[in-house]
Amino acid sequence: MKKELIALRVNHRAYELAVEPNKLLLDVLRQDLGLTGSKQACDDSSCGACTVQVDGIPMLSCTMLAASCEGQEITTVEGVADHGALTALQKAYGDFGGSQCGFCTPGFMMTVRWLLANNPDPSEDEIRDALSSNLCRCTGYTQMYQAVRAAIEAEQKGSKRELVGAK
Amino acid sequence: MSDFSVIGKSIAMVDAAGKTTGAGKYTDDFSMPGMLVGKILHSPYPHALIKRIDLSKAKALEGVVAIVTGADAPNQYGILPVGHDETALAVEKVRYIGDNVACVAAVSEEIAERALELIEVEYEPLPAYFDPEESMKAETDLIHENRPHNIEKDYHHVFGDPEQGFAEADYVHEARYIANEVTHAAMEPHSTLASFEIDPHTGKQGRLTVWSSTQVPYYLQHKLSLVLELPMSQIRVIKPLVGGGFGGKSEINPLEIIAAVAARAANAPVKVTYTREEVFWAHRGRPRTIIDLKTGVKNDGRVTSVACKVVQDGGAYCSYGVVTILYSGALLGALYDIPNIRYDGYRVLTNKPACGAMRGHGTVNVRFAFESQMDEICANLNLDPAEMRRVNLLKPPTVTVNGLRVLSYGLPECIEQVVRRSGWNDRKGRMPKGRGLGVACSHYVSGAANSIIRSDMPHSTVNIKIDRDGGVVVYTGASEIGQGSDTMVAQIVAEVLGCDISRVKVIAADTDLTPIDLGSYSSRVTFMSGNAALQAAEDVKKNILSAAAKRMNCAPEDVIMRNDRVLRRGTTMSEGSSTWSDSSSGKDAASGHVDGQILRGSVLQTRKEEGPRDHMSFEEAVVSAIDFHGGLTGTGSYAPPAAARGGKQKGGGVGPSPAYSYSAQVADVSVDEETGEVTVHKIWAAHDCGRALNPVAVEGQVIGSVWMGLGQALQEEMVWKDGLLMNPGMLEYRSPSSTESPDIECIIVESIDPEGPFGAKEAGEGSLAATIPAISNAIYDAVGVRLRESPFTPERILAALRAKKGMKRIEMTESVDPTAPQKLREHGGSLWFRGKGPMRHPLDPARQGAKAGGER
Repeated sequence: MKKELIALRVNHRAYELAVEPNKLLLDVLRQDLGLTGSKQACDDSSCGACTVQVDGIPMLSCTMLAASCEGQEITTVEGVADHGALTALQKAYGDFGGSQCGFCTPGFMMTVRWLLANNPDPSEDEIRDALSSNLCRCTGYTQMYQAVRAAIEAEQKGSKRELVGAK
Repeated sequence: MSDFSVIGKSIAMVDAAGKTTGAGKYTDDFSMPGMLVGKILHSPYPHALIKRIDLSKAKALEGVVAIVTGADAPNQYGILPVGHDETALAVEKVRYIGDNVACVAAVSEEIAERALELIEVEYEPLPAYFDPEESMKAETDLIHENRPHNIEKDYHHVFGDPEQGFAEADYVHEARYIANEVTHAAMEPHSTLASFEIDPHTGKQGRLTVWSSTQVPYYLQHKLSLVLELPMSQIRVIKPLVGGGFGGKSEINPLEIIAAVAARAANAPVKVTYTREEVFWAHRGRPRTIIDLKTGVKNDGRVTSVACKVVQDGGAYCSYGVVTILYSGALLGALYDIPNIRYDGYRVLTNKPACGAMRGHGTVNVRFAFESQMDEICANLNLDPAEMRRVNLLKPPTVTVNGLRVLSYGLPECIEQVVRRSGWNDRKGRMPKGRGLGVACSHYVSGAANSIIRSDMPHSTVNIKIDRDGGVVVYTGASEIGQGSDTMVAQIVAEVLGCDISRVKVIAADTDLTPIDLGSYSSRVTFMSGNAALQAAEDVKKNILSAAAKRMNCAPEDVIMRNDRVLRRGTTMSEGSSTWSDSSSGKDAASGHVDGQILRGSVLQTRKEEGPRDHMSFEEAVVSAIDFHGGLTGTGSYAPPAAARGGKQKGGGVGPSPAYSYSAQVADVSVDEETGEVTVHKIWAAHDCGRALNPVAVEGQVIGSVWMGLGQALQEEMVWKDGLLMNPGMLEYRSPSSTESPDIECIIVESIDPEGPFGAKEAGEGSLAATIPAISNAIYDAVGVRLRESPFTPERILAALRAKKGMKRIEMTESVDPTAPQKLREHGGSLWFRGKGPMRHPLDPARQGAKAGGER
């Protein structure tokens, strides 16, 4: 298939890329832009490991065409860190065991980031519901809830440093 | 030493930031200039001879660089020396739907896939075997010619006097249990990148470097050497981050060899990454297991004898099968005190993907049977299930009737904890209709005392290099797969050297750099690599202490390393305090932080003039030691003690371990009698891990094990129809999501093993096996039906409820999704294969049998 030129904005940077019109967003991110944080794990939009945010909404990049994202702001896990430091959520996922093998973690980061942006103080059930869009085979999710709650507390205290050594 | 400064405290894993930021690299994240994509052609037949392969059309396609078939690498290999029955690509014969036939290396995935469709393969279908008990009757068309009756291996063990034991019993219970097949479904699909270098002296293809998602880099190096006929020294295996293993990457998966064979033929780097569907076909999971179990007990619940017959549906290759069937029998012992055991195990070949090792290897399904049967006995004898477990406890230190040595034994406290926390004594039997409690126990090895390849070499070796910058570099072959092995090694080394953990850099699992280690399987890493790390750190510490002692004018025994400082015993500064009254000491010119003075060696000059000191910084002590010894390295290794290596009987090498972990669990469930749906409200899981080196990681391992057991108990199942997998996708396989996952409370029990590193034992597998029977027993408590076949799906529960009421069974979907695929690769993954689906030989038992889904 003949390539076409598309313009993508990823993590606040503009890229001009020649890609096949049928190329998936995940493949463009991983292969053309070298942003390998987003993972391919199920191939059929059932696991959430490829989740990125498109204009702030979590989307499964393994089943979207890259060309369809022109003019939208794409955020990948690489765009999450806070000026070179871990965000409260990233720190809490490490401290509370929310991440073991880590393969699903980038997807969870994008999903939880959306949850907390839209609902800064979610209930236990709301956290569970939000996380159900992503699969994990290591953690049984329990420590993820602890991590999310710890991140919320850290945010509420207004200081990300609070979380250091909290456990 | 009772108080520690590094271990015993929850810390984030040393690689956590890479995982939460996406910076961490897994195999598929790597690419190289000129790299080709490898795609594998799989067999659409469960059992067939390959009559002809025509590659000409595929090779003519622009962009195809090389195509390899079985003839390109015919040497046999297998993870076990007794099971070398696999080839990288099929030679003459395919043995399951999905078996590997050819691999195309092309410039893009799209071209490689198109080339696969152009490969013409002519097959001659053979009768295929799908049911292990049918397969055992086979006389002709054997799956492997050297395995009569398709039996890979059978073992018949007798310990004590089982017949006498049954004669002494007041009550004997007997039943058949079936645990259906499950798979690891690690989030990361297997991936391998292989690349050859040109040898500068010969000018020809030389060294091979392989990056692979493996739990066992050294076994991979060994098997690559066998197949490619390259010396091991010419092969470098590097394990990047691995996205979950659970045993699925604990042996050599076909793609790991295929990628190297393709790279050799293409003269270019080749990366092969499985699609999710291929991961299901590669499998190596927990086999469907049929367990006929008979237990004799006294009226008080004391077990007098156990007879157990196990048939495992092993799939088309040996894989870990011989070990699996041995674990199933051996680990009947070492949990409870069982005086007499008879075990008959059959590992059977069938025309399905090979089963291998999966979390709780070999023990899980038999434990389901045993713990369920205990519950049945309690119901019949009116005993309390927790009490029956108490009366059968071992009295360690002891050696079981089948030769397993047990030293630390935290099971009594595990039972105590879950009974108390779940409110067992008050709630059991007093719950509303449809709700119940169930208890079960389990255990697992902390590494196998005998390695797969028999030798006297250490199972783990760790090297440490410390340089003048005060950095501690630890080289370990242990394979981090998400369980925290790198962090564990760093913690142990930091604890022994009394230094800050941020000084410690772990270089792991790179066969060129790190000393040999058997890998991450059978929960061996903390115990074995941990002990090796402990010894290596002690080794290097010795030299630091002796140099520091000279500077302090005291004996080495009087020097203490702690909180990143080195001090003379009895120094006024309080030990254990992290802040020092001598506040300048951390920042003075001698600390190494200023202007590279450490490198110039001026420190010693300055200090000599000052005379003896009673404390110094870590860097200062290191520089002293390097100046004194001319270098600072340490090494340590671990081999299990002879006393832990088990009995001499045939097959007695599998089961023995230097230490066993213990688990007790209570499940609180409710059952909807209208729909058959089970809701697990909570599971209390107490796990004896010896000592929790990193409690948050131990909790993560225990909760993860319980959760995976819950998946096997309630919904996960590999559903087969004539050798074709019906559910090769993450949703179809029904891995539980967060909304289907209950609260799991982990209680850590520390029995402090005398031989473990700081007393630690395994944490990653032992809890899984108790979950399935705990749930089954709770279902019985809730609605009075006994589920002897897992998973306990609504269909099976409704069938059991109807049978109890004397009603007719309703055939619903037999667990088969009506949208399930009719042929290979119709479903999930890339939809590139347009094969015709499985054809049946006229004599195929699956065609003749009534139950197997009829003709196609």
